[in-house]
Amino acid sequence: MARETMNEEPRHLRRLFAVWFVSWIIGDVLYWLLLGPHMAPGDMTKSAHWNQFDLNVLFMLCIPVLFGVWIYFAYATFMWNAKRKSCPEPVGGPAAETNSRAQWSWIWITSVTVVLLAVYGTVALVGDNGSGGGEGPSPVWNPPGTVKANTAALAGKATWQPNSDQVLVVQVIGQQWKFTYRYPAFGGFETSQLILPNDTAIVFDVTSLDVIHSFWAYQLSVKADANPGYNNVAYADTEHTGPFQVHCGELCGIWHGSMFNSGSVVSQTDFMTWAKKTEAQTAANTANLPPMAWTYTPDANGASGGLYPDGTVTPYSPSETYGAKQPAS
Amino acid sequence: MSISTEQPNEVVRRSAAPPPKRRAISWTQRPGWMSQHLGTALVGAALGYWLGHWFGNYISSDYSYVANSGQNSIADTLALVMGVVGWLAGIGVLNYPLAKIAGREGKELEDVKDWTRYVRLSSDHKVVGLQYVVSVLLFFFTAGLLAMAIRTELLSPTFHMFSADTYIKIVSEHGTMMMMMASSIVVGPLGNYLVPLMIGSRRMAFPRIEAFSFWLFTAGYLVIFSALPYGGFPTGWTGYAPLANQAGPGMVSYLFGFAIIGVAMAAAGFNIAITIVNYRAPGMTWSRVPAFVWGILATAGLMTLATPSLFVAGLFGILDHTVLTTFYVAEHGGSSYLWENLFWFFGHPEVYIMALPGFGIVAELLPVFARKPLFAFKVVVAGELGVAVLSFFVWQHHIFQSGIDPSMRPLYMLTTELISIPTGFIFLVGMGTLYKAKIRFTVPMLFCFAFFFNFLIGGVSGVFQSDVPVNVTVHGGFFVLSHFHYTILGGLVFAFFGGLYYWLPLMTGLEINKKLSLIQFWTMFVFFNLTFFPMLIIGLLGQPRRVFTYARALTGLNDFASVSAFCLGASFLLFAWTLAYSLVINPKKSPLNPWDSLGLEWQTAQPVPVHNFERIPVIMTDPYHYSEEGAPKLADFGGGSSARESSVPPTDNETVLR
Repeated sequence: MARETMNEEPRHLRRLFAVWFVSWIIGDVLYWLLLGPHMAPGDMTKSAHWNQFDLNVLFMLCIPVLFGVWIYFAYATFMWNAKRKSCPEPVGGPAAETNSRAQWSWIWITSVTVVLLAVYGTVALVGDNGSGGGEGPSPVWNPPGTVKANTAALAGKATWQPNSDQVLVVQVIGQQWKFTYRYPAFGGFETSQLILPNDTAIVFDVTSLDVIHSFWAYQLSVKADANPGYNNVAYADTEHTGPFQVHCGELCGIWHGSMFNSGSVVSQTDFMTWAKKTEAQTAANTANLPPMAWTYTPDANGASGGLYPDGTVTPYSPSETYGAKQPAS
Repeated sequence: MSISTEQPNEVVRRSAAPPPKRRAISWTQRPGWMSQHLGTALVGAALGYWLGHWFGNYISSDYSYVANSGQNSIADTLALVMGVVGWLAGIGVLNYPLAKIAGREGKELEDVKDWTRYVRLSSDHKVVGLQYVVSVLLFFFTAGLLAMAIRTELLSPTFHMFSADTYIKIVSEHGTMMMMMASSIVVGPLGNYLVPLMIGSRRMAFPRIEAFSFWLFTAGYLVIFSALPYGGFPTGWTGYAPLANQAGPGMVSYLFGFAIIGVAMAAAGFNIAITIVNYRAPGMTWSRVPAFVWGILATAGLMTLATPSLFVAGLFGILDHTVLTTFYVAEHGGSSYLWENLFWFFGHPEVYIMALPGFGIVAELLPVFARKPLFAFKVVVAGELGVAVLSFFVWQHHIFQSGIDPSMRPLYMLTTELISIPTGFIFLVGMGTLYKAKIRFTVPMLFCFAFFFNFLIGGVSGVFQSDVPVNVTVHGGFFVLSHFHYTILGGLVFAFFGGLYYWLPLMTGLEINKKLSLIQFWTMFVFFNLTFFPMLIIGLLGQPRRVFTYARALTGLNDFASVSAFCLGASFLLFAWTLAYSLVINPKKSPLNPWDSLGLEWQTAQPVPVHNFERIPVIMTDPYHYSEEGAPKLADFGGGSSARESSVPPTDNETVLR
């Protein structure tokens, strides 16, 4: 009896597969054409470009998953509803309890997908030098020239010229409740404006004076937590000019919500003009600033990059303080 | 291995011939207002609070946390500690251990029959379960009101209902209360109530520890609530240091509240896990243990193993606040990363503490309403255990961009994505069970379907976070916020509501009004999605979490989410009304086993008698043999007939909640 009913029944899985396959193809194509190009975080930097691509890959992968489950549940609601008169009696027993083919194919398909996703994510992460995320004080994936430029910046020897393929080092200092930026290539002046040259590799040295903030430049696809006493390095490679938003991405107290401003990527010559002008304008202020250091809070031994602007303290140097091994990073 | 032969016999004897009434009753056990109950607990808490505060000021009167602030964190902390001790002493948790310490025989808990047992210390797991139902709902509604306040503030980016200070404290209180509530929302009420019934036991392994965990949980509610009169705390539920070190006295409430909730969770988890392992009825082999119990077992394991890290984190924070240690202060040799790691080492298993019970409920309900056996039972169990084990290896995905050693990132990306394999099993199980089923769309079943809909979005959006490059864009924004509301509210809380609608007839013997609950379901489901789906988009457009203002262009989406959130809030009011109407205003007796479930918990009398089963059943098979001709009988209830047939109708004393 049961077998007869089964033979009369439509081939549910085949039907479901067909509907699912067609709909996710359509969904993915529509997504790619309509939403993909506008997806966050845009293409202002190389990492933004790649992160947008990664986001699109994930969306296009999740469309078949969502559609698969939704279509199945919609189908079940319609076909196997007790209210439907022609709904056949269900058949229990061992056959309904397990189906090793279905189980193993589910396990295999999801496992392979997930592992491939992780491999893809790793390739994207490493290939894009950390994808704009904060890599801590000792980054492992470095674009060419950045380590040298960063070391030079700390020694007060940073330079930057337009059309020279030089790396620009910018220090981001989080404090309650704003970000300020220091440009070591221009005498280490400090400003609350973040202006960056186009077509340039940029190193952000992110630190904090008080609590944890997170430097989140949305369109640049840069996010790095600012921890007091630590230097968190993130990279960006600008590709387009225009304005971008900076937010604090980590709850930092009462005015966390208003800790945002906007910066802009401008042409290299415009940047040079701005930097020279600002350097001159802020010269009196810069003279009173502590020397350029990775962090500005005293370390465990009281040594500091410059909370005390009397010139007697040495810049914070983990290797001098702790020997070759750096503390918690 | 699973059962001691003595225990059933002992209880059988007791139920066959009720024990003689004790004559001499000490004052602590006298019925009526003079014995110990909620009132004495409140008095104890107030006295303890006062004593602790006085003592703190006495020993450290000039020891300000911030110079000239007048804030003495030692007094505040001791007040809370002593308040909790007073609360526990007032309810009577300490009587037994103190008697034992004094070398005397501890007294048994009094067997109160009337409604006042719900405001007393009770060793009956069913009473504790219902106590939990009420208190998690209290938690849930308090924190829900705060959510309404948040959405009111976010109606406009420029016009502010609250000051920035008040707003961030509302956000923090909402998040913390919800997390505390959600970690117990299923294990507390349904776990305590149903686990013994489902495994054929008359009791929990450690009823005193069970009662202790409940009263500590409620103390946690009072402590975290005390943050508000203390001026709140600004750190969100994650409590990141050194912001926490900078915060005012409300922070102590957070740190101490979370620490004791951690102890309560560990105690509850420990008790439940041991009950499941040791108190299964004869024949209840591991392959016959219901999927819900497996889910609770996995959760209990997580609760026991993960919370010590939370406790330690809270303790360090309290020490930082009181005796000015510097565990989290980098300037003085501590590290802000210490809190992040300790917290998330607890925090990620916590996330699955808030997911696995939902899986268990759904796996339990689906076969009943699909009239088919649970598909791939072993896969459900493997999924639940796999999630539990893997959840200890993923915590650093919360701090991908924080500046920790980057070379670990691919590993945590891999483990995090791997965890979606066992998580996905619940979909295989759900879809397999529904295949060629005959689905009855009752309210609990609708909640199961909603669980799958919401949890799918929640789960898929979680994969986005785990991908490090995409994490740069979505971390710390509304995308994450929406993701975890989809999994916790959309997944766990929907499953819990489904479970409540399903099991309340068993617990109370009353029917829940169908029409009202149907309206409640649809408003909750629709407005939940209308609230949180826009937040995914808001997040992708770059709005950070916990902000009181935002880009003007996002006003439309935020307003839409806010208005939907108010409607969602109304649906929870409707839920309260549904319960009040069905249980108090117009109670109707529920038919026996109204859903035609094969579950062991339904095979006893309804409402469940004090000792659960007339005789300890001997389990013959698993409870999922729906639509199977010649299926074996679930259990032998002794004497050839089921307990349900032979049991006497519940006496007045046993009618729960009436």
